[in-house]
Order: sequence, then C-alpha cells, then structure tokens
Amino acid sequence: MSKFQPITCYTNQTSQYELLPFRFEALGDDDVVVTNAVGEFSFLPRPKLEDLVAHRLPPSDPYYSRLRAKHFLRESGDQAALELLALKTRTKYANLRNFTNLHLFVVTLRCDHSCQYCQVSRQSEDKAAFDMTRETAEKGLDIVFRSPNQAIKIEFQGGEPLLNFDLIRYIVEKAEKRNQTESRNLQFVITTTLALATDEMLEFCRDHGIFLSSSLDGPEDLHNKNRPRPGRDSHARFVAGLQRARDIVGYDGVSALMTTSPSSLGRVKDIIDEYVKHGFDGIFLRHLSPYGFALKTKSYQAYNVERWLEFYKEGLDYILELNKQGIRFTEYYSSLLLTKMLTANDPGFVDLMNPSGAGIAAVVFNYDGDVYASDESRMLHEMGDSTFRLGNLAKNTYEEIFTADNLLTALEDSFTSSVPMCSDCAFEPWCGADPVFHHAMHGDAVGRKPESEFCKRMMGASKYLLNIMRTDQEAEEIFMQWVNRC
Amino acid sequence: MLKLFGKAISVEGIQAHRMQVSLTTQSNLPVPLRQGKAYLVKDGTIPPGFDHYIVFETRLKDLPEGAACTVLDAEFLYLDDQDVISLGQDGHVRSLFRANSPHNSILLTEQCNNYCLMCSQPPKRVDDHWLLNEAMETIRRIPRETESLGITGGEPTLFGDNFIALLRHIKNWLPRISLHVLSNGRRFADAEFAEKYASVQHPDLMVGIPVYSADPARHDYVVQAHGAFDETIRGILNLKRLGQKVEIRVVLHKQTVSALPELAEFIARNLLFVDHVALMGLEMTGFTRANLDALWIDPAEYRQELSRSVRILRAYGLKTSVYNHPLCLVNRDVEPNYVKSISDWKNEFAQECAPCTRKSECGGFFSSGIQHGYSQSISPFQ
Repeated sequence: MSKFQPITCYTNQTSQYELLPFRFEALGDDDVVVTNAVGEFSFLPRPKLEDLVAHRLPPSDPYYSRLRAKHFLRESGDQAALELLALKTRTKYANLRNFTNLHLFVVTLRCDHSCQYCQVSRQSEDKAAFDMTRETAEKGLDIVFRSPNQAIKIEFQGGEPLLNFDLIRYIVEKAEKRNQTESRNLQFVITTTLALATDEMLEFCRDHGIFLSSSLDGPEDLHNKNRPRPGRDSHARFVAGLQRARDIVGYDGVSALMTTSPSSLGRVKDIIDEYVKHGFDGIFLRHLSPYGFALKTKSYQAYNVERWLEFYKEGLDYILELNKQGIRFTEYYSSLLLTKMLTANDPGFVDLMNPSGAGIAAVVFNYDGDVYASDESRMLHEMGDSTFRLGNLAKNTYEEIFTADNLLTALEDSFTSSVPMCSDCAFEPWCGADPVFHHAMHGDAVGRKPESEFCKRMMGASKYLLNIMRTDQEAEEIFMQWVNRC
Repeated sequence: MLKLFGKAISVEGIQAHRMQVSLTTQSNLPVPLRQGKAYLVKDGTIPPGFDHYIVFETRLKDLPEGAACTVLDAEFLYLDDQDVISLGQDGHVRSLFRANSPHNSILLTEQCNNYCLMCSQPPKRVDDHWLLNEAMETIRRIPRETESLGITGGEPTLFGDNFIALLRHIKNWLPRISLHVLSNGRRFADAEFAEKYASVQHPDLMVGIPVYSADPARHDYVVQAHGAFDETIRGILNLKRLGQKVEIRVVLHKQTVSALPELAEFIARNLLFVDHVALMGLEMTGFTRANLDALWIDPAEYRQELSRSVRILRAYGLKTSVYNHPLCLVNRDVEPNYVKSISDWKNEFAQECAPCTRKSECGGFFSSGIQHGYSQSISPFQ
C-alpha cells in the first residue's frame, strides 16, 4: 500500500521559511525565551535561536514544528498563521475601543485611619473642606454617562468613603435613575476598611448590588501596625465587618486588598494564611507606590524592588504549594501577567495596559472636582505636581478633559510598542505603560528603563513565572486555571 | 455489530434500480397511510392494503393480491417501525435510518479531498451524486419528531451548492432536528461558501472538523494532503466569524498523541471560541488496518498525554469530550469528560470485561476492535 506518503513529504522541502516578528530574552546561561506580539512564548536553547534567525533551523527539528505552531516562523502558503495573529491582536486590543470603564469618585478625603503609607487621607472633622458636594457629583455623573463604554464601573474612594455615605447613596440612586434610559452594565464598588460599616449601609449595598473592596494587610499585629486608628482595633473591626458584609451583601460581594509595608516583608506566609483563614480565594501581593506619605515617611524607600521580588517569590511558592494541596487560591499580580502570557485576552488592569489605562480606561474625580488620569495622579498632585490633572468638573467639558494635551502626550510618549527599550523588550507583550509612575520617579512619561523599578518588578516577576512554567507542569496547569477564572 | 448492508434472500416489486421503503409494524395503520409503506412481518399477521411486505427467512404463501414481498435473513430482524431502507433490484439491502437509534447518519458521498491514514470510510473517486439524491428522498421519509441526524462522507462539502441545498431541504422537512455534519473544513476557507452555509440559518447545526496537530506538517501528513491544515484552520475561522457551531475532532493514534498537549494549547490559544472538542479513540477499520504499524498505540500508553490535554482544555473552559475509549484505559481525572460514544450498531465489549463492575458506565469497544485487535491493558474494575 504505497498510496500513503511519509511525513517527510509534508515537511518543508525547500527549508526556506520566513520569520514572524518576535523578541527574545536570555533565561540563565543556556536558554532563551522568545515572545511574539500577542504574548505567546517558547523556550529555546541559545544555539537553536541562532539557527532560527540564520534561517538554518531544519524542518525536521522539533523546535521548528513548535515555533511554526506558535507563529514564530511561517512557510510560504501559511495564511492561517497571519489570520490567527491578526485575530489575537484584535482580541488583545479589543477593550480600547470601549474607552473609559472605571470612574473613581473620591467622595471624601477624611479617614478614621492614619496609615503611614497612605497618600491622601486627612484626619479632620471638617466636612466642608474635604467632602465632595452633590453638585460636583452630578457633574461627575454627566461625564460618566458620556463614556461610550457599555460597561460602567463607579468606584467610591477616600479617605474613608463611608464617612460620606450620604453622597454615595445620592450618586448610586442618581446613576441608577439615569441608567433606566442609558441601559449600561452599571457596577458600583466601595473601597473601604469596613471599620465604619453599619448594617444600614450594608443593606443599601445589598439592595443596589454594590461590591465592597476592603483592606487586609495580614495578621492582627501587622494589620494594626500598618493601619493605626483610635482604639488600635482596625483588624478586629475588619473581621467583624467582613462577617457582616458576607451575611448581608453576600460572600462574593466583598474582597480584600493588601499593601506590602516594610513590616510585611518577612511575613508573606502569615499574610497569605490570614487570607486563607478568612476564606478569600486569592491575594494581590501589592507593592507600595512611591507617592504621598509613603514617600514622605520614607516607607517607600524602606524596601527596594529586589526585596519586594523576594517577598513575592516566597509568597508565590507558598501559594502554589497550597494549590497543589487542593486549595484554590490565586495570586492576582501573577494572574494579570499570566493572563497575557497564556491567553489572547488583556485583563484590562489599568496599571498594566498599553497604551496606558490612565485617563482612558479609568479616570478619577477628586472631592474638589479636579479630574485626574489615575489615583496615582491625584496623589502626585497632593505632592505638588499637577501634571496629570486633566481639568475640573466645574470648569471643563468632557472633550477638554479627555483631550487634555498632558494626557495625550503622556499616553503617546509612553506607548510601549514604540518606547525605546520597551519596543525591543521580550516582555513588552505582557507589560504596560505607566507614564505617571515614570514621570513621578524620572521626570518624564518614558523614564529611564534600566533604572525603572516598574521594569525590574515586572521583568523579575515574569522571569520567575516563566521559570516555574518551564520546570513545573503542575504549576503551569494551576496557572492556566488562574487565568481562566472569572 | 448490526448488519446495515447486505443482500436480500429475494426481492420483488422493485420498479427502479433501487428504491427507498419506509417500514411499519403497525397492523392497524389507517388505510390511507398504508400506501407507499412496507409492512414488516414479525408476528405472522398480514394486514391488507400494503404494497410491500418484508418477511424474514421464508417467503409467505398467502400474501394479499398484487403485493410484493422481500425476504431478508434474520440478521435484519432489528428493523422496526418507521425505519427506512433501500432495496435494489439486484437484492442489495441498505438500512438508511433506524427510528429507535440516536446514531443515525447519512453517508452523503464517498469522495474526499483528504486521504487520512486512519480513514474508516476510505474515499473513492467516483461520481456518487446518486447518494445525494437518495439523501434528499430519505429526509422526506424520516419521522418529523426525530431528534438528531448526522451527515457524513467522504467530504460532504465537495458537493458545493448541492450540499447547501441539502441543508436547506433538511431545515424545511425536519426543522427541529439537531444536525451534525462531519467535514474536513477545507471548503469553508472559501469565505463565500462559508457565507452560503451560514445563510441556511439552521437552528441546530454543528460541523465537526478534524484538527490533528498544532504542527501543520503533521496534520497534512495525517490527512495526506498538502496545505490541508491551513485551509481547515481558515475554514474554522470563517465559520466562527459567521457564528456557526464548530466542533474540533481529534482522532488519537501514534501520530497524534505525543503532541496532543501542544494541540490542546493551540486550540486554547487560537480557537477558544469553538463549541466542542472531541478526543476520539481509533476505530480499527478502513485504512487503519492498512496503516496499523504507523497508527496503533495502546491507549494505556498515552493516558498521561490524554489527561494533560483534557486538563488544559478544561482549564480554558472548552467543552471537551473523550470518545471511544474503554473506561479502564483512561485516568480518573478524565472521567468528567468521558462519554459513552460508540454508535449502537458497532459497539461491543471484550471477553475480559465480563466481571467488570463499571461496565454500565463504560463505552466499550468498536466491533472492529473486538474483531481486529484491542488493548491488552484493559483490566476490569472489581
């Protein structure tokens, strides 16, 4: 039966192939990772990379098949590869056309906590000075509903937003009323310590589908150290508030975020255990941002990115251990990067988007009506730098705010596909632009990449994740589950 | 294994070269409905008024005046009410539709532009438009309440516009049927053809398309056609762009199992929008037997690759089924995706299975496997 041809008849007879765009980065001495524009990657021994780029990788080589399947090279006639790359690129950037989703309303700067790393809050009884007014809020809502995005998220920030709950109530009800004709997919979030949450407030949240984003920094001693308040009872109030919130709003209606303070560094397992203990299914091992009091009190400089990476790696290892024991628990920073590595989707996380999400994916309305490109932008303003103040609700139109020169310039200048050292970075497909951070640290939206803590953090975490996936198949499958949880 | 094709002991009253006959066992069928139907004589009663009577083993003596009679051997005793068969003047009998089976499919053509190493229905280069015409007629005879029907080949889309016409015909006559087409998908790389297919707007139509490897060369080798992978993938993209339901079907054998996890990743990364992924055991029939050395691998040897692939597809939320495997040859973690899938007429168990306690959950074997060889690793659950 010679009707059948051997596989050699179907492999490339001419050994000619075309390279599709890719970048690479060394992993240790012998191996490299190659990445393409849509975030797919493959590991190669360095000599194979040299063969690949010299067009001498033989079609019989297993790496040849793998690289062709992942769209790093193509033979003449391979049209599907280009169609798939185009499709994945469209998918990756699909969110851009939706424009602004997240609208933050800083309803008050007042707070019952006095956290040393906090950027903006005030210990004050003066409502008039630090609370947002109804007039300002109305103007904010006008902007919200100008967004072309079908999905709208309104997040209430502070200070402690519950200190101005009347305004939250007012905004939610107004927004819902407008939405009767707007028919957007409208979501609300309150960022709160839960310390001041009354049953009445929680019932309002329940009735209006308001999600609660809370804060938990770790075990009681650490949490209370990070988050001082009169009575030194922040942790106890969080625990009680969490229980009541779950009872009233629902288990999935409340989440928690942590901030890594200098005191957190040696205690990553304790922190994770605390999250597990309280029944959370994930944690964001979040580094401290270099703004506000964090900078003033030097707590930001109390650890560098290398130290944070150690903390992160130790935490991630421990979380993988938990997963291998059958506990489904996600590390969210990893999950953001992994989503870009392992899927065609962009998670749409404002700090890891390209172009930057600042001012286009998200926008901040400060208590006084000032509009900022991001939460960090308003913190920068608090430090005396108003570069990313896009206007004021009382004075500026929608068009003026979203076409503000300083915003558009920063977005364009920081676009990672063209920025020097970003455009040829192998990790660019998984990264994002952070013009506000780089402006704050280096004085311009691009920044100096070799010194950038942002780059070091992102590249350090990415390399660590790649190494895990290269050596631990079980961990890789756990990652696949993380990026597809929704 | 049911005998779907065979030769009658005797036929009579067949006017054309071949003709389709709808069967009934209802002796009290209202007279207007008796015309054009054949009465299946199973209990000796012979109600009058039918044109045709089907009997088994021996011809009946006292048939109604002018009625024709076909004698079949006992292997066709499975035939039942509302079934459709084809009878030829030369005595050829083919079962076209069995009303009490959930596994009916219409063989539309034996022509194909692939030449798969493991083809269970080896293609022939003959003009077989008569099969298409026969299908049009069968559709009119199938009971309207039928839940599902398959269209197979060969490659049904080779009929081009006539294939589209058949789909419209099915939609017109059987608007509630769940329709499943087996195609290599290559024809759909032509966007215009894909649009015609979509324009039928059948409410419940899925096309099952094989993808055997993430590596184009390996896929082309398995289907023995240059450029097939590229056309198949572009076909799938066109179909999904048009909102059509697509199932990816992977036959597992020596040429496909080792890189199965890579294929699972490829599907997850590139074709996440497909509606179903079926990972299917090898059927020991057709070309498989000619290429046995190149294809045969004991499923016990690829358990790990199968498990990993299923876990990957599952992680990405892809609806995944594992077909045509004995239950004892897959790892436990595959069981949520395990489906008893082998069509009733060719499904059997091995001798070793007799003491197994989980036989009712198991899909068993293809009859061809029992006949021509199956895994020596099976071990009954105790």
